[in-house]
Amino acid sequence: MRIIPKKVEGIKFGLLSPEQIRKMSEVKIVTADTYDEDGYPIEGGLMDPRLGVVDPGLRCKTCGSRVGDCPGHFGRIELARPVIHVGYAKLINKILRSICRACGRILLPDDKIEAFRQELRKAKRIGKSEEPIVEELFKAARAVKKCPHCGEEQLDIKFEKPTTFIEDKQRLSPIDVRERLEKITDSDAEVMGFDVEVARPEWMVLTVLPVPPVTVRPSITLESGERSEDDLTHKLVDIIRINQRLEENIEAGAPQLIIEDLWELLQYHVTTYFNNEVAGVPPARHRSGRPLKTLAQRLKGKEGRFRSNLSGKRVNYSARTVISPDPNLSINEVGVPELIARELTIPVIVTPMNIEHIKKFIRNGPNKYPGANYVERPDGARLSLARVKNIDELLEKIEPGWKVHRHLIDGDIVLFNRQPSLHRMSIMAHEVRVLPYKTFRLNLCVCPPYNADFDGDEMNLHAIQGQEARAEARVLMRVQEQILSPRFGGPIIGGIHDHISGAYLFTQPEVRFTREQAFHLLYASGINKPLPEPAFVEDGKEYYTGKQIFSLLLPEDLNLTYKAKVCKKCEVCKEEECEYDAYVVIRNGKLEHGVMDEKSFGAFAGELLDRIVKDYGTDAAREFLDNVTKLVINFITWRGFSTGIDDEDLPEEAKERIAEILEEADRKVQELIRAYNENILEQLPGRTLEETLEMRIMQVLSEARDKTGAIANEYLEKEEKRRKHENSARIMAISGARGSLLNLTQMAACVGQQAVRGERIKRGYSGRTLPHFKVGDISASAKGFVRSSYKRGLSPLEFFFHNMGGREGLVDTAVRTSQSGYMQRRLINALQDLKVEYDNTVRDTRGVIVEFRHGEDGADPSRTDWGQMVNVKKIVQRYARKEAA
Amino acid sequence: MYLSEEEIVERIAELKDKLPSSLYNDLERELRRVKITEEDLKKVVAEVLRRYEFAKVEPGEAVGIVAAQSMGEPSTQMTMRTFHYAGVAELNVTLGLPRIIEIVDARKKPSTPMMTIYLEEEYAQDREKAEQVAREIETLYVRDVLEKSEIDLVNSRVNLYLDEYELRRKKLGVEDIVAKLKSIKGVEIEENGNVISLTLSNPTIKDLRKLANRVADLHLRGIKDITRVVLRKEEKEYVIYTEGSNLKDVLKIEGVDVTRTKTNDIMEIQRVLGIEAARNAIINEIQDTLNEQGLIVDVRHLMLVADMMTVDGTVKAIGRHGVSGEKASVLARAAFEITVDHLLQAAVTGEYDELEGIVENVIVGRPVKLGTGMVELVMRRELEESKEAV
Repeated sequence: MRIIPKKVEGIKFGLLSPEQIRKMSEVKIVTADTYDEDGYPIEGGLMDPRLGVVDPGLRCKTCGSRVGDCPGHFGRIELARPVIHVGYAKLINKILRSICRACGRILLPDDKIEAFRQELRKAKRIGKSEEPIVEELFKAARAVKKCPHCGEEQLDIKFEKPTTFIEDKQRLSPIDVRERLEKITDSDAEVMGFDVEVARPEWMVLTVLPVPPVTVRPSITLESGERSEDDLTHKLVDIIRINQRLEENIEAGAPQLIIEDLWELLQYHVTTYFNNEVAGVPPARHRSGRPLKTLAQRLKGKEGRFRSNLSGKRVNYSARTVISPDPNLSINEVGVPELIARELTIPVIVTPMNIEHIKKFIRNGPNKYPGANYVERPDGARLSLARVKNIDELLEKIEPGWKVHRHLIDGDIVLFNRQPSLHRMSIMAHEVRVLPYKTFRLNLCVCPPYNADFDGDEMNLHAIQGQEARAEARVLMRVQEQILSPRFGGPIIGGIHDHISGAYLFTQPEVRFTREQAFHLLYASGINKPLPEPAFVEDGKEYYTGKQIFSLLLPEDLNLTYKAKVCKKCEVCKEEECEYDAYVVIRNGKLEHGVMDEKSFGAFAGELLDRIVKDYGTDAAREFLDNVTKLVINFITWRGFSTGIDDEDLPEEAKERIAEILEEADRKVQELIRAYNENILEQLPGRTLEETLEMRIMQVLSEARDKTGAIANEYLEKEEKRRKHENSARIMAISGARGSLLNLTQMAACVGQQAVRGERIKRGYSGRTLPHFKVGDISASAKGFVRSSYKRGLSPLEFFFHNMGGREGLVDTAVRTSQSGYMQRRLINALQDLKVEYDNTVRDTRGVIVEFRHGEDGADPSRTDWGQMVNVKKIVQRYARKEAA
Repeated sequence: MYLSEEEIVERIAELKDKLPSSLYNDLERELRRVKITEEDLKKVVAEVLRRYEFAKVEPGEAVGIVAAQSMGEPSTQMTMRTFHYAGVAELNVTLGLPRIIEIVDARKKPSTPMMTIYLEEEYAQDREKAEQVAREIETLYVRDVLEKSEIDLVNSRVNLYLDEYELRRKKLGVEDIVAKLKSIKGVEIEENGNVISLTLSNPTIKDLRKLANRVADLHLRGIKDITRVVLRKEEKEYVIYTEGSNLKDVLKIEGVDVTRTKTNDIMEIQRVLGIEAARNAIINEIQDTLNEQGLIVDVRHLMLVADMMTVDGTVKAIGRHGVSGEKASVLARAAFEITVDHLLQAAVTGEYDELEGIVENVIVGRPVKLGTGMVELVMRRELEESKEAV
């Protein structure tokens, strides 16, 4: 038997008419009680068995299905008196004001109504919103005082929130309202925006209330055996109770006043049943004082049905654990703990080709890796291998057509994700490598796209269940396919930290290896390539340079020239003679000049990597990154690299000069303050004198800090040369591995001005920041200038100011993440339906053309060269130069 | 054996229709610079065409989502604070994330409206003339040149003490102010050095106070809304930066280069220059803000955002009041914001949801029609089965 899949074609929205409600209801609910003393549901109560089943094992009294299959059935409450649907009170108000109180026509002459009708039709045809037109009609009709159809004088109608209408001091009961709405002709209703086929105006006043099936409001049994009802059930109980009392009172002929009170109460309960957050209505509360979660609350907001359950869905076959680094994995791989590999499964259909292979998995069972957890018969029935007693018996039965849910094994494609998933590189496909221990392992080059570090970050993994999905993941989502970011058309995956400083040290001109060392490095890194001719021979020993070995990783016909990160941007570039070795020249796959640093294969910046992906493809790029990682990490591990506080040591001379500069800055500030006091400070255009002073002081102080930084750097460099010992901190900063020269400055020389809101620190006591200063003191130290370095340590006052600046930074980050998160949600929501059509136009779902060509030239940014569709210059030069040489 | 420039141009002429104009122009420019043989030229052309074909977007690509992510992801790295405009320390301009949010919100007024006014050649090189234009633009009220004003109860009149320094700076004479004061009816003006006395016939104290206020608010010269003007020498010309924006009136001023002058008020650009200009302004403003923070985002993404905001002829916000609120699908709107209202409204108007978009398909649980999901290929089952039989 082939199951014909049902497909939802579309969804039509409409109001339920009283007839429809009665028709779809299986039970008329009359009693407010739910269960009798024995714990059985009462017929005609809110838990009537005909409303569906929630208890496993029982069959539904209406449809005869069991729990999972019975969708539940509606009941109804016949309201003793009609009530207004809160959600429509506003609309009812607009309508009441726009129609005649006597004849029910719209208070506009026929030709005008007709004109509106035409406009509405036009709007509908071109797919524009009809709302403004209907609003316009309401506005026009409201102003009319005398009905143009029957001549009746109109009275003023006031709307008292949430559900009361008053016509000329006379209260309109829902019955009156309903009568008026009934009088509206179908054609008039259409002009007011109604689709009369599914929504007559009078249906906005309820006479029958549908009771949702029990499946919608299941009661939960607490541990104590006590039953706890759903909020909706509680609310429905209230409604029924009041409804009954109202009915009894009406029958008994109670005074009008009492009836009206009860009616009002019924209105309240129905109102809060729909929405418990209506302005002006006290929310209905649970016994504990917690406001009830009624219909509107179930749908609304982040935790509501729409955003939480419909737009986002929970999945099986997923895992989550802490991540840790492993440079021995390929960027395409992910290390999966065996524990997780045994839990996650991949369905495999048994075929004559794989049957023996698959049987091994089954034999291993759920607890021995690599095994299987379930087998599925061709009819869809699942057998848990944990519960199978006789494996051999089962193995007999396995034949092509069965499905086996086997454990994850090496090479399986899985999706790997880290939240927040801000861009598409936050979910990428990796190949599984089952490893011991309990963390996910990943190559460090994929940290930037995930924005991951290893200070306790956790990541999610999803085992792909379908063949199409697997193919798509492999072709489109694999890490190597994502090296180029669609954001700017450059690499987003690349070396970080030790990769960079390692490569920098490795490619230094003086680095050399003996043949044995070179082989050892290459072997440890798993690079299988013949060594070139040794660069030089000394004392009969053959030596290879770091550059030579690095060249082994490069494609053989690669030609590239660029300036490295360490480039000092001299006025006249000495090119190949660069004294910092910052001019990188790669000729025919040989690194001839220059050092490798952030600009060569760092994430976001790597020129070399960029070139390899674009010219040699993603396979070459993956191989390059894998090899670089291994080679460079092996090298730096072997060589040793560490930083400590002595990396910020400065000689006495430097300290004196720094102190001098800070003195000088202090003097200059005093000078400025004096000039200000004597009123001879030159005012900046468009600024007050005070602002000018403040700006000048800031300028002086920031210059001073920069100068101290320059001195610090100068001496660090000098010391490095003198002691012939590299300064690790400085190497990291200049090669772009980690930190910046500013960080070094702050550690070694002077922390500098602390700012709050972009100004020097000014809050605190009146006229001063702290009681340690005189009122009106605006010198550098009184306003948060930190003279000390981090290494030397901050004075208590400096520490306090530094803390102020630091706190602002923290608050800023917290505020920013929420703001940018919301902005991104809005952007995604606004743009998500846009796609490129086969005619290369960009359109939304309605077919509206948003762009004739994407980005005016029809380019895919991830395939561009930093935004350029084709780097013509590069191509032309490649061919022209060949001729010239 | 090298080809002459003419020959090169002739040989690549056929590409003119195949490549986007910018690309073609690049190619022509680069080729004119080098010497190249016929054979190599052919290789270049082939390579350019190959790369061009590769760089084209594929049908089905979810360009919208990619654009939104490309703009949203880096925005987490932006600063929050208002900073001084690059170079012009005198002006405060909203930058960073708040500015981006302001742009996509399509606010009526930016929080710090600002103009960059370029001048025509003869004004741009001459400090005197540039200053004159600047003076003409900056709005000036009587209160700006007042040292103080007092109500003289004895003589029942208002005395205005003018600030000499300010007058000199603003190049104004006492007579200029007197001339302006003449526009107030029923007032007698007496001039005495730096003091101007205004007398009313039979005034009450209230009248005098009113007069004093009215005089202080009297507009002397300049353009409304432009509260501050800074003249700066850029690389090769004088440029005027202003706080406050009034594009329409500034463009009327003589000496202003109407082709380059700009404002950061996108809605104003829409009013004055039209929707296409507004679209370009959105792109430029977002790009400038991002670049200022050192973030690189491909323009194509920003173009798409700007195009989405301006498709129907008016600038619409990204969000429930604009683009998202006007979506065709009820479910898409309900899933975004104000869920309940959208559902109630949909019921009354009897809306029909075609379930074409992303959220809708996610909600009903079927593949989304983007990328690989867009392909609608049906395999003829009989064919497949007959194959199996063989």
